[in-house]
Amino acid sequence: MKFSNYLQSIDHVSIYPLISLVLFLSVFIGVVIYMFKMEKELLDEKSNIPLK
Amino acid sequence: MLEKFYYDNKIIKQFGIATIFWGIIGMLVGIWIAFQLAFPQLNFGIPYITFGRLRPIHTNAVIFAFVGNAVFGGAYFILQRVLKTRLFSDLLSKIHFWGWQLIIVFGALTLAMGYTSGKEYAELEWPLDILITLIWVVFGVNMFGTILKRRERHLYVSIWFFIGTWVTVAMLHIVNSFELPFSWIKSYSLYAGVQDALVQWWYGHNAVAFFLTTPFLGLMYYFVPKAANRPIYSYRWSIIHFWALIFIYIWAGPHHLLYTALPGWAQALGTVFSIMLILPSWGGMLNGLFTIRGAWDRVREDPVLKMLVVSLTCYGMATVEGPMMSLKNINAYSHYTDWTIAHVHIGALGFNGFMIFAMLYYLVPRMWNTTLHSLKLANMHFLIGTIGILLYAIPMYWAGFAQTLMWKQFTETGQLQYQFLETVTHIIPMYIARGVGGLLYWTGAFMAAYNLSKTMKKGSFQDNEAAEALPLSDQPMPAGKLHWHTAIERRPVQLLILSLVVVAIGGLVELVPTFLIESNVPTIESVKPYTPLELQGRDIYVREGCYNCHSQMIRPFRDEEVRYGEYSKSGEFVYDHPFQWGSKRTGPDLQRIGGKYPDAWHFNHMRDPQETSPGSIMPPYPWLYKDDLYVLNTPAKIRAMQKLGVPYPEGFDAEAVDNLHMQAIKIANNLKENKIDISPDKEIIAVIAYLQRMGTDIKK
Repeated sequence: MKFSNYLQSIDHVSIYPLISLVLFLSVFIGVVIYMFKMEKELLDEKSNIPLK
Repeated sequence: MLEKFYYDNKIIKQFGIATIFWGIIGMLVGIWIAFQLAFPQLNFGIPYITFGRLRPIHTNAVIFAFVGNAVFGGAYFILQRVLKTRLFSDLLSKIHFWGWQLIIVFGALTLAMGYTSGKEYAELEWPLDILITLIWVVFGVNMFGTILKRRERHLYVSIWFFIGTWVTVAMLHIVNSFELPFSWIKSYSLYAGVQDALVQWWYGHNAVAFFLTTPFLGLMYYFVPKAANRPIYSYRWSIIHFWALIFIYIWAGPHHLLYTALPGWAQALGTVFSIMLILPSWGGMLNGLFTIRGAWDRVREDPVLKMLVVSLTCYGMATVEGPMMSLKNINAYSHYTDWTIAHVHIGALGFNGFMIFAMLYYLVPRMWNTTLHSLKLANMHFLIGTIGILLYAIPMYWAGFAQTLMWKQFTETGQLQYQFLETVTHIIPMYIARGVGGLLYWTGAFMAAYNLSKTMKKGSFQDNEAAEALPLSDQPMPAGKLHWHTAIERRPVQLLILSLVVVAIGGLVELVPTFLIESNVPTIESVKPYTPLELQGRDIYVREGCYNCHSQMIRPFRDEEVRYGEYSKSGEFVYDHPFQWGSKRTGPDLQRIGGKYPDAWHFNHMRDPQETSPGSIMPPYPWLYKDDLYVLNTPAKIRAMQKLGVPYPEGFDAEAVDNLHMQAIKIANNLKENKIDISPDKEIIAVIAYLQRMGTDIKK
């Protein structure tokens, strides 16, 4: 049995790549927005962990 | 109430010593094969040490043994320190260590014996693939157990990189290792041709990303601040660095297959994401280098800092060069040449190697409660290592440029100016210089081994190092509003799942359509499955690692069509389990070798390449003329192929051996006409059958 047969048996499989792309972009933009909103004290606390 | 606990230093010591040990061996094999390319006599006609078998041993040894042990040791050291706890289980640590060493030893032995899956950097066969999976799970359980019992609320950025590494390598290894065993040690890849190539380079590229890069960034984010004694330049950057890197890296694999028979849209995707990779890579590199700001005066004296600076600089160079090589117009020149070899060694010797030595120079004196035996020797190591990198890389770049320019050079009358062999003999001096560069780098590594062992002798090692910390339940919640990312960071399991989703996305988008859309791999009516003898010959081709020097993929360029023949079509490879497109041309492409020369030429060439091609650097294969072809596994091979979808007629396995003998006798008779007397049972007959079949189907 060819490998592609297993994938073909999944209903509406072509939607997955699209979902993936949308997820990718939204999470990525989310990370960037979050990063700019982070508080300075928290960042300092975290970045000092190895030096404690 | 402060809790007292002990760090497990013994496991770090074991992984550290294994790192040095395998590093010395793996690099030594590298030097050996480097000189084999200049002096083919060094193959000695012995199968186990012939180039095609030794090169996978070199690559696997340095990647999985040298770098692997360093990553495990480094990660276990960092995990304990930034999480303020002992490793989850001493037993699991022990199983992890000894299991990994077992894989290395068996890996080297089986590769020397010719048991290989024929897929670069994933050569180990199915029993070892399973063992790797088990040990990887042990590593994961041990790491997550440690994270869960931590005494530090936040997960430091290094930990995310280790989590990302673990998840992605697990996914890559499992997906790329799907194979159908036909004996206790051998198997065929579940995928064929284009699909196998895509999966393999999705794996191959991301093995570089997630075995050689992300864990090293984990090490960087800990050891650079430690060595410079100041916090990381920007924690904000590190967050972007992590998510952007794991998001983008996973898509870039197809850039290894530009101008091949891979569908164009997949190639374009690979290029776009490769260019995007420059941003997170350089962000990370600068984040590391800027951390040393204000400590540059110490870089002059401290070998740890020196090595870290060169390591990060090499990372920066390799990560801008890589995306450039992913541009189709540059790739047209760089691919299949030694340029690629230069590129990877900037990363391997510079980024990985120097990061590892910096880590060892940092760790050993601290764990043995002493100072480094000789600072002078370490500084000399730095110097000789750096010169070694340059002496390695520059001749290889030169060789790469020379190859590509000579391959593509036409005379005024429209003929190819150079025979392939001329382009090989032209760069032999570069191969020698490269070998000397490697030898210098190895000498540095040897000096490190000596220096560190002297340091160990001088100091006193404690298996268990005492430490104290508040338990998590007694720690106050951090003040201020919590952001969602902070919430994720404090939940390692969610971080694991999220990073799996992130990396799986790229894989799905790339792989699914190639498997699904029929038109992506157009079938060619005249392409038929291999005969049993050709199949056996092909398996010998894989066993001897011919793909380490010969490609089977003619790109649609004028020079390649003139030199090798009609460009390759994806439909030609539908029965190739595994694909054998190769990645460099130390020898010429072989896809249209079928019918180009008579059987007798191949017979003489394989026995003594210098006889038919004076100046050739190909090793001889005398054992193919002595050893009888093992035919008893032919039916099992045919059945395995049938299961994989190769359309042999029903019941063909029973006739396969007879069919094989008939074809072998025909070839032997043909050779007899040329006054060559050889039994049809010898392995060389099968190899000739395969070589003469290659790429001929579309001419029918």
